[in-house]
Amino acid sequence: MKILRLSFIIFFIFSFNYLKASNEDMKSKITKNLRCLICQGQSVYDSDSEFANSLKVLVDKKLEEGFSENEIYVYFKDKYGEWILYDPGLNKNTYILWLLPILIFLIGGAIVIKSFIFKK
Amino acid sequence: MKNKLLLISLTSIFIIIFVIFYKGLQDTNIYTPESKMNNKIPLFTANLFYSGEVINSSELFISNRFYLLNIWSSWCVPCRQEHSFLMDFSDNEKVTVIGINYKDTKSNAKSFLDELGNPYEEIIFDESGINAIEWGAYGVPESFLIHNGVVIRKYIGPLNEKLVKEIESSIK
Repeated sequence: MKILRLSFIIFFIFSFNYLKASNEDMKSKITKNLRCLICQGQSVYDSDSEFANSLKVLVDKKLEEGFSENEIYVYFKDKYGEWILYDPGLNKNTYILWLLPILIFLIGGAIVIKSFIFKK
Repeated sequence: MKNKLLLISLTSIFIIIFVIFYKGLQDTNIYTPESKMNNKIPLFTANLFYSGEVINSSELFISNRFYLLNIWSSWCVPCRQEHSFLMDFSDNEKVTVIGINYKDTKSNAKSFLDELGNPYEEIIFDESGINAIEWGAYGVPESFLIHNGVVIRKYIGPLNEKLVKEIESSIK
């Protein structure tokens, strides 16, 4: 009985992942990942500038037209460049940003392995 | 030997970080979108200012003429400064001036045009501001020089004498 209850709870928790986010949630998610170009340092979601408000309306319109999250990012990237995205992809301008943590991790890992494992 | 290697690595890491931060301090943090040239004009539907008629953007830029698309608003102070230049362009036969009235009220926009003159052949009424975003604009005023359905120049901010000369030499 306990196992049945436990599996029911696990199933219940996991089923949340399959609930489709409504357009409003998706709009919030997208606008949080877009940079306001007028009040730089703020996301479009947080900003109340004319530019940000227009962008929010357009994101809404694109979602209604059936654009996916990724298609909307591509659309804005095409208009304003990579800088409008808070989560930029890997390219020649951002490779240091992406590769440096991995490099530091590898070097750090090598130092740890060398000092603690090989020493023994 | 080991200490020497450690000292060299630490010094080089310090120098690299110092250079990155020093360069970062000198760079301006205000980002201006790249003026992407030779982009095709965006396709969208819009409302015309006077008639309220819904029009496709491709219908506005039909011929292989030069078009100067200007995004303006009655509440925008720099738009007043550049208006006389737009009035001059409206007399120029080589270029057609099209306006996008950005996030404005019709009554205020009409008073603005009554006061300063109307240089626009056609005006798009962009109440929500999305038409300006379609053009990749991020404020007012902004102007685009279009030829053969392609944006050949983009001007962020008000037009001035230097930019007017540049436009005139482009449309010759």
